[in-house]
Formats: sequence, C-alpha cells, structure tokens
Amino acid sequence: MVLTTQKGPRAIALNGDEAVALAAKQCDVDVVAAYPITPQTIIVERFSEYVHDGEVDTEFICTESEHSALTCCLAAAAVGARTFTATASAGLALMHEILYVTSGCRAPVVMAVANRALSAPINIHCDHSDSMVERDSGWIQIYSENSQEAYDSIIQAFRIAEHQELSLPTMVGLDGFFLSHTLENVSVLPDETVRKFVGQRQIPLVKNHEGKFVPYKLDPENPITIGPLDLHDYYFEHKRQQEEAMRKALGIIRKVHDEYAEVSGRRYGNGLVDSYRLEDAELVTICLGSTAGTVKTVVDQLRAKGVKAGLLRIRTFRPLPVQEIIKALQHVKAIAVMDRSCSFGGSGGPVFHEIRHVLYDSNIHPHVVNYIYGLGGRDMSQLLVQKIYRDLARILETGKIDKSIKFIGLRE
Amino acid sequence: MTEKSLELKHPYERFLRKERMPHIWCEGCGNGIILNCFVRALDELNIDLNNVVVVSGIGCIGRISGYTNTDSFHTTHGRPIAFATGVKLAKPKLKVVVISGDGDLFAIGGNHFIHAARRNVDITVICANNFIYGMTGGQYGPTTPLEAWTTTTPYGNIEHAFNLVHLAAASGAVYVSRWTALHVRRLKESIKKALQKEGFSFIEAVSQCPEIYGRYNKMKTAISMMKWFKEASEVRNFSDPAKAEISPDKIIVGEFVDIEKPSYGRLLREMKAKLKTKQK
Repeated sequence: MVLTTQKGPRAIALNGDEAVALAAKQCDVDVVAAYPITPQTIIVERFSEYVHDGEVDTEFICTESEHSALTCCLAAAAVGARTFTATASAGLALMHEILYVTSGCRAPVVMAVANRALSAPINIHCDHSDSMVERDSGWIQIYSENSQEAYDSIIQAFRIAEHQELSLPTMVGLDGFFLSHTLENVSVLPDETVRKFVGQRQIPLVKNHEGKFVPYKLDPENPITIGPLDLHDYYFEHKRQQEEAMRKALGIIRKVHDEYAEVSGRRYGNGLVDSYRLEDAELVTICLGSTAGTVKTVVDQLRAKGVKAGLLRIRTFRPLPVQEIIKALQHVKAIAVMDRSCSFGGSGGPVFHEIRHVLYDSNIHPHVVNYIYGLGGRDMSQLLVQKIYRDLARILETGKIDKSIKFIGLRE
Repeated sequence: MTEKSLELKHPYERFLRKERMPHIWCEGCGNGIILNCFVRALDELNIDLNNVVVVSGIGCIGRISGYTNTDSFHTTHGRPIAFATGVKLAKPKLKVVVISGDGDLFAIGGNHFIHAARRNVDITVICANNFIYGMTGGQYGPTTPLEAWTTTTPYGNIEHAFNLVHLAAASGAVYVSRWTALHVRRLKESIKKALQKEGFSFIEAVSQCPEIYGRYNKMKTAISMMKWFKEASEVRNFSDPAKAEISPDKIIVGEFVDIEKPSYGRLLREMKAKLKTKQK
C-alpha cells in the first residue's frame, strides 16, 4: 500500500461506493443525475455532499426514477457535458430502454453499477444478473475485484468512454455489499493527477447536413440532430458502426489502462483480463468481480500443495477480449467457469456461454464446466472454491464430466 | 389459574402474520400506527379477510404486504397501483388496497397514480408520507419540504414538494383525505370510508420518521415529531386542497373530496353489456 504523503498518492479507508464517488469527483463531472437504490446509495450521497460543499462544479439532480436519471445523463452528454450516474438491480433494469438509446446515440455516459440481484423475490444482495442482462446493450462493461479497482476503473472509464474514436457509454461494476459497503484501504491519486489524466472531454467531429464538419454535440451555433428516425435506410449501418467501435475499444481500454498504470503504479492484468498464477496452470477457474479475491486465496493454498491451480479474471466483459482469453488459457487442461447469474432455460450462465464459444474456434480444447454460484448474495466460501478445484482434478484424472452445468452453494 | 388461561391473545392477531414479526420498522416509526388503523378499520367494517388484497411497493411501508394476513403482493418499485388495477379488473369483488410510501407512489410511480385516479379505478390508496426515501438512507424525494436536510441535500432542499391531496383531487379521485399518525381515530374512520367508496380513494397519512428524517431536521425523537403534528395540524374539512400545502407551521388535515362518480370497472362492465346486447 502506498504511504500517506502530503502531495503524492495516499491510502484512505473507503468503501466501494465512496471510492467511486471520489473518483467521479476527481474526474470533474459536469452533470450527475441519479435515483436512490440499495446498494448504490452511498455513491450519490457522497457525491451530493461534494456538490453542496462546493468541492465540485457539478449540476446534481436526484430524479424521480432511474429511467429519468439516465435520460437526463444522455441529454447532458449530448450537449457535450461529462456525465455520471450510478444504479443497481431493478434500477438498471428500468434504464434498459435508455441504455440502448445512450449507446445508439454514442453518448459517453459513465455509470457505476453496484451489482445486485433482480426481483422477484426481492433481494438487495449481490449477483451479476442486473448487468449481465445488459451485456448486449452496447455499453462497455468493466467488473472490479475490489474497491481500489472500482476507483481506478471509474477514472479510466471516462477516458475510455470519451475517447474520440469510441464515444461509447461505459459501466463499471462493483459487487453490491461485498465491495459497495465494505471498508478497504484505497490508494487515491491527488486531484490534479486525475484531472490531468482524464483531461477535458474531447468531442469528435461529424459531417452535418451541409457537409461541414462540426462537433458531435447539440449546439445552436452548429445545429445537428441526435437520435432521429432511422429506418431501412441506415439503421443497420449505424448498428454495425457500434459493433466496430466495440472492437476498437479493446485496444483503447488496454492503452488507457497502460497509461493509468504509469500514473498510479497499479495494473489489473492487461486491463482486459487479469490472470493469477496462470503461466503453468492446468486447473483454472474463470470469474468476474470480487470472487476473484477468494479464488486467489484458494489458488495459493493449492499451489502450496503442489496443485497447478490458476485463475483468469475477466475484467472487461464487453467488449469480450476473445484473443486475450485464448492466449491466457494455452496450457490449461480443465476450466471451471463461474457465473454469478443464471440464463434461465439457456445452456449455462452467460460467462460460460462466452468462454465455451470462444474456445470452439481456438487451437485448444480443455474440459469446460460451469458453476452457477452466489445468487442473491449467497456467500462463495473458500470451501466451495476448493470443491470446484477438486471437481476439476477429478475431471482431468478421469476425462469424464458428470454434469457440465452445476449450481454450487445451494442449501437444498 | 391454569396455565392455559394465561395465554394472552391480541385482539387483532388474526389480521397479522405472526411469523413475520417482529417487523422491521424502527422504534417510533409511524408505519405501525398506519397498520394499526388499517387493521381496526377492517375489523370495524367486518370485512372478510379473504376478500381483501394488500398491494405495496418498495420502501419501509412496503413491507406491510408481508405483515397483513390477507392476500398480498410486494411489487417492484413504483408499480403497486398498476398491479392493483390488474387485480381489481380480474376480480372486481375484491377490496384492493395499495399501501405504499411517498417516494414509491409519487416519484417513480407518479404516472400510475394520476392515471388510476383519472380513470377512477376502484381501489383505495393509502400513502405513508414520511418526506424522504427512508429505506435507502434518507435521500430527498417528491414530498421533501423546502430547506429540509436529507442525505442528498446536505445544505437544504431546493425542490418544491408535491401537495399530495391537491394532486389527488386534481387527478380525479372521488375521496381524498389527509391525517397524521397522531390522528389515529380519524385516520381509521377515513380508511373505513375509503374502503366503502366506489372509485379511486386516496388517504395521505403523514408519518413520522424520527430516525432518518426527524433527527436531522430539529425533531430528535418520535415524540418531537408528534408534537409537530399536534401543534401544526389544523382540521379544515372540505377546504380547498390547493391551499393545503404542508409547511413547518401548518399541516391542514381533514377530508378534502367526497364525491360520486362511476368507477372504471362499472363503466367497463356497462359497456361490455351494451355491446353484447347489440350483437344479439
């Protein structure tokens, strides 16, 4: 941990929500619109304190619903403002319509999602059902392992989202309660360093109706229309461009992550995937978010016993870093993909879908099984992770998979 | 005295689900009083509990649907009125009651409220108005008074609050009243009246939240909030709801609207019957 100094980086005790609020503050956001929902509330509460204490020059509004909150952010981004919001669970689900409008309008809104289960039954605790539902919405998705990473990722997210070649909305996930409400020493950068790193929002030029290049924003001096009717003529092309921007984002996320590492001294793998003791690993779990911390502890225990265990954490889930995943898994013999959400009636969880699909066309064909875990905040203990590695060892030994998709940690 | 005779039974026990007790509400909260008034109203009207449906949304008072020993549904945030509309249309004989908070009914669910009142859906809506989003930690909402301290207005609220009884009356409700958690008898009588009305009836129950609202706004205890209700309340039955804005010095309470108008369900059934006769 970085030592406290007057001007340099310092470590302070923050929970995940507070770390996110601080990062957004340091990024000099112009507009924040949000609606309270557990476990995101602290982000907005802290931010409103910054506003009222005069520590930021931000327009802040607590709207009447999440649908309005994101609509407000979309509009603010469309006039050229740097915008931020935060939500969770049902709040993100209520934003669903506007998530697509935001990405379709290429509005670079940054959003923190304190990952929480979806109703019904009502549950306020962590799983990834909320953001997994939105994986096809055209938003970049970054999942944090700890509060430090949530802080760092929010800062990076503004650079990524507002990158002139992308202009893509970006969401940063932090596991509800496990991160959002848990105090941790977070090493924070000086305000100046963050401001310099993030810089002013750059606005790309687009061709207007007169063939003139003008900034892509609503501006009476250079009038353009954003988000008009687009039928058989060019809707399809615009959607393909979104996909192209997503592909381009892979390189830009890496680049921003590298530049941030130079400023902060912190890295999360290559910014896309983060591996742990994977170089010679044979038995590997793949997961997202805070579970990686528990898995790392188990990997160390197993390594001490001579088991070649490893972990691959997907940090950037959208766009999916296909090549990086294949590269990271070259020597792996058996994989357990851990999903903290369920695709009901599908073939396993969403992360499992992606991983198995990626491997199909690759040069490697390890055994792959899926574990659905931790729905509604059910604890993922070391004992359960140990069981997963035992299962993998047995699969490797016998070459047989009794059931490729399992629920783990159930009480039934 | 035998041991059996020592077993005391609460007179309203049959209205509550004992296995869900203790409830989650804080000490001094007004929600218990509202539940109490509701239960007494059901008792005095001698309504068969099998014909009562309680629908609630998200928030502290939202938990009420789990406590009443009736059929009930705890909906997503803001949607209890939409849900109640469906229940009432499918089973017109049921008494459908929405009990929810100001944030749920008037922020995220505001549109449902005005439209259900406009089309005069035959349901009763009881709003526990505690001036903030209590469950999520006290953020300002649509009824937060000007200048009030909340977790998202640390230097005082700058948004104007809804006057709920005015909104309900203007939207078309056939029965509108406002009481505070101090006015238990009148609140109960109002609920009884609303339950017997045809059409959209609305009761605002101003409720104390000493834990998340009061103590940050110079009312440290439930008692001091109750004192505020006592000193500021003025009963003005059938006065102009437009002039009944809640302020620190004045809470106008009473019945504001009590009119007759055919409900949506009745008009729908009449229309269907008419079309059927035409076809023949």
